[in-house]
Amino acid sequence: MVEMTGAKALIYALEKEDVDVVFGLPGGANLPIYDALVDATSLRHILVRHEQSAAHMADGYARIKRKAGVCFATSGPGATNLVTGIATAYADSSPIIAVTGQVQLAMIGKDAFQETDIIGVANPCTKYAFQPRAASEIPETVKKSFYIAESGRPGPVLIDIPKDVQQENADMKFPELIKVRGYNPVVDADLSQIGKAVEILLKAERPIIMAGGGIILSGAFSELQALSELLMIPVVTTFKGKGAFPENHPLAVGPIGMHGHAEANKIILEADCIVAVGARFSDRSVGRFDEFGKGMNIIHMDVDPAEIGKNKSVDVAVIGDVKSSLRTLVKMLPRKIAKKDADNPWLKRRKELIDYYGEALKDYSRELTAKKALRKLREILPANAIATTEVGQCQMWTSLHFDVISPGTFFSSTGLGTMGFGFPASIGAKAARPEVPVVDIAGDGSFNMTENSLAVSVLDNLPVIVFLMNNYMLGMVAQWQRTFYNRRYMGVHQNKCPDYTKIAEAYGAQGIKVQSSQELENAIKSALKADVATVIDIPIDPEEDVYPFVAPGTGLKDMITGA
Amino acid sequence: MTLRPLSAATTATTANGKVRPLYIVSALVENKPGVLFRVTNLFRARNFNIESITVGSTEQADLSRMTITAKSDEKTLDQLVKQLRKLIDVVEVKVLDTGNTVYRELALIKMKADDPTTRMEITNFAAIFRANILDIGKETIIVELTGTPDKIDAFKNLVDHYGITQLARTGVSALPRGVEV
Repeated sequence: MVEMTGAKALIYALEKEDVDVVFGLPGGANLPIYDALVDATSLRHILVRHEQSAAHMADGYARIKRKAGVCFATSGPGATNLVTGIATAYADSSPIIAVTGQVQLAMIGKDAFQETDIIGVANPCTKYAFQPRAASEIPETVKKSFYIAESGRPGPVLIDIPKDVQQENADMKFPELIKVRGYNPVVDADLSQIGKAVEILLKAERPIIMAGGGIILSGAFSELQALSELLMIPVVTTFKGKGAFPENHPLAVGPIGMHGHAEANKIILEADCIVAVGARFSDRSVGRFDEFGKGMNIIHMDVDPAEIGKNKSVDVAVIGDVKSSLRTLVKMLPRKIAKKDADNPWLKRRKELIDYYGEALKDYSRELTAKKALRKLREILPANAIATTEVGQCQMWTSLHFDVISPGTFFSSTGLGTMGFGFPASIGAKAARPEVPVVDIAGDGSFNMTENSLAVSVLDNLPVIVFLMNNYMLGMVAQWQRTFYNRRYMGVHQNKCPDYTKIAEAYGAQGIKVQSSQELENAIKSALKADVATVIDIPIDPEEDVYPFVAPGTGLKDMITGA
Repeated sequence: MTLRPLSAATTATTANGKVRPLYIVSALVENKPGVLFRVTNLFRARNFNIESITVGSTEQADLSRMTITAKSDEKTLDQLVKQLRKLIDVVEVKVLDTGNTVYRELALIKMKADDPTTRMEITNFAAIFRANILDIGKETIIVELTGTPDKIDAFKNLVDHYGITQLARTGVSALPRGVEV
C-alpha cells in the first residue's frame, strides 16, 4: 500500500505494464494526468496535433509491437476525436488503451463544459470501457484493461477518469494478477475438433489455406508455414492477412477479395477444402456469403467463438488461439504423409493460374504507374521494412503489387477502412521499431486528412517515408463513379491542391517530387538515408483504375480483370 | 441440447415463409451500472429483434438475471447467444429448454367497464383465468394476470371487445426446473 493521487497511480500502473510511450494531447480534464507525466521515469509522451492521430499511432505501435498501445485525450471533443481511431482498432482487433479525462464526478450528467458521455459513445467500438469512480480503483482498472485488450481476440479498451478521481489521494494496491469473472478467452482448442480437421484435410484433393489477420495477431507465422509445407497446401490470404505468409513463397497465391490477386480469387473457387485460419469471411474478402465455399469443406479456426457461423456456416470449427491450434494440428498429422510432389495437378494449377494472369493483366504503358512504382519500392526496400497504407486505390494497389516478404511487416486499416490512418499509424510503428524503415503507402486524399502528424514525425524524431501516389483525386470513389455511375464525377477532384512537397518542407520534413522511374529510385534511396520524414510525391494518372475488381454484391467468380 | 422454442402458438412467420419460434435466453450479468445499456446496445447494433427483456436481482447480490425472449431462427439465436457471451459483464448465458423450464409473465390490463353487466362478465372471466381484480371504478376495471405469454394473449383476445384502454406486460421471467448442473 502506498498513498498517491489517481493520476500518479495511472502513470505508475502504465509503467508497470512496460508501456514506454504514450501518444496524446492535454486539455482541462486530464491536466492532473499530464502533471503526473512530468515525474514519469520510463514513459515517453508524444504530443500529437489531433487526437484521432494519437489513437492511430497507438494502433500502429500495437500492431508492430504486438502489445497494447496507449493514447491520452481530454474530455469532450478530445475524447470524441479519439473515436475514429478506437473504431479502427476495434474493426481490426488491435489492442489499444485509450485514457480520457472526464468532468468531475459531481458534474457528470449536468452537460458541463467539455462533457461527453464517452462511455456511451465508445461502447459499440470497444472491448470494454471503464469509468473508475474512486482513485483506489485505478490500479486494478489498468491491469484489467491490459488483460482484456491483449488477450483472446484483442481490441481497444477505454478508461474514462473524472478529473477529481485523478486528483484524489488514496492508498493504492497494484495487483500482479487479475481475474475478470465474465471474461474467459479460449486458448487451447478442442482436440476432437482438430482431429476432425485433420481427417478432412488428409482426404482433400484440392485444399487451400485462407490465412487471416488472426495469424499476424497471434504470431503464428512458422506454424502456418509448417502446415502449408507439410501438406503442400497453397495459401491465399485475406487482405488483413496480407503478410501472414511470405508472398514470394512457392506456395503463396496472394490476397483474395474485392481487389485480390486474380489467381487467388480463381484458385479458391476451385478448391475442395478451405482451411480458414484467423479469418472472419468478410464481405470484402469472400464476395457473397451464400455463394462462397459452396460444395467445399470449410474448416474454420479462430479465437473468437462468435465468428463461427456468423457470416458462413462451416463443417469443422476449431476455437482457440490459432498459434496453439495450428501447432497441435501439425503434430496430429500422421508421421508419414504421402508428400505431394510439385507437379501434382493442384499445384500445377496454381502455377498455371499465376502464369496466366501474369500475362493477361497488362499495365498501363506510362513510365510511372502505381504498379511500377510499388514494384520499384519493393525492389529497393529491405525485406524487414514495415509498410502500411492509407485507404482507397493506394491500398488496393498495395494489395496487388507490393509483396510482403517478411511475415508481420505489413498492416492497414482493413476493417473500418479509415482514410488518414496510415501516416499516424506508420509513426506509431516507427516508435515501436525505430531501427527499421517504415513506409506509409499513401494516396493524396487520405494523406491530406492527417498530414499534420508531420510535426510529430519531425519533432519526435520518428522519420517515416510517405510514398504518395498522387492523382489529386479521391481515386477509388472516382473509379466507382467511372464504373457504376457513367463517369458522372462529383466531389472527387482535389484540383492540384496542396503542393505536398511544400507541405513537407513547411514542417521541416523532406519533400521530393519525381517524374521518372530513375527519379523515384533516387528518392526512395534518399528517403531511406534521411533522418527526417520524406514525402515522395509520385504523379499517377487520375484515370488509372485498380484491377482486378469484384464489384460489391457479386461473387468472386464475377471478378472483372479489366484485361 | 436441442433448442425447444417456447410454444407453437407464439411463433412468427416471416415474409418468406420461414418460421421463427420464440426462445427464452437467460443471462447472469454483473449487477452494476451500464450493463443493461451494453446488452440492449448490442441487440441494436447487431440487428437482433427481441420480444421482451426483464432484469432483476438474484440470490447473489453482485449478479442480476436477464431473461430475454426473441422470435428467431436458430442461426440468429446462436449469434445472439455468442455475442452476449462476448460481453465482459455477462457471466453466463443459457438458452432455456422450455420443456424443463417454468416461465411466467405478469400483465396489468385496464378496460372500459361502465355498466354492471360488463363488470360482471369481466369479473367472471378473470376468475376463470385466475386473474385478480385490482381496481374497479365507475368507468374502468384493472385486472392483474400472471401466466405464460400464451395465457395472457388468450385473455387479451377474450376481453379485447370491451375496449382495452391501457396494458402493461412485464415480459417473461424464467427459471429451469430442478437442480442445475
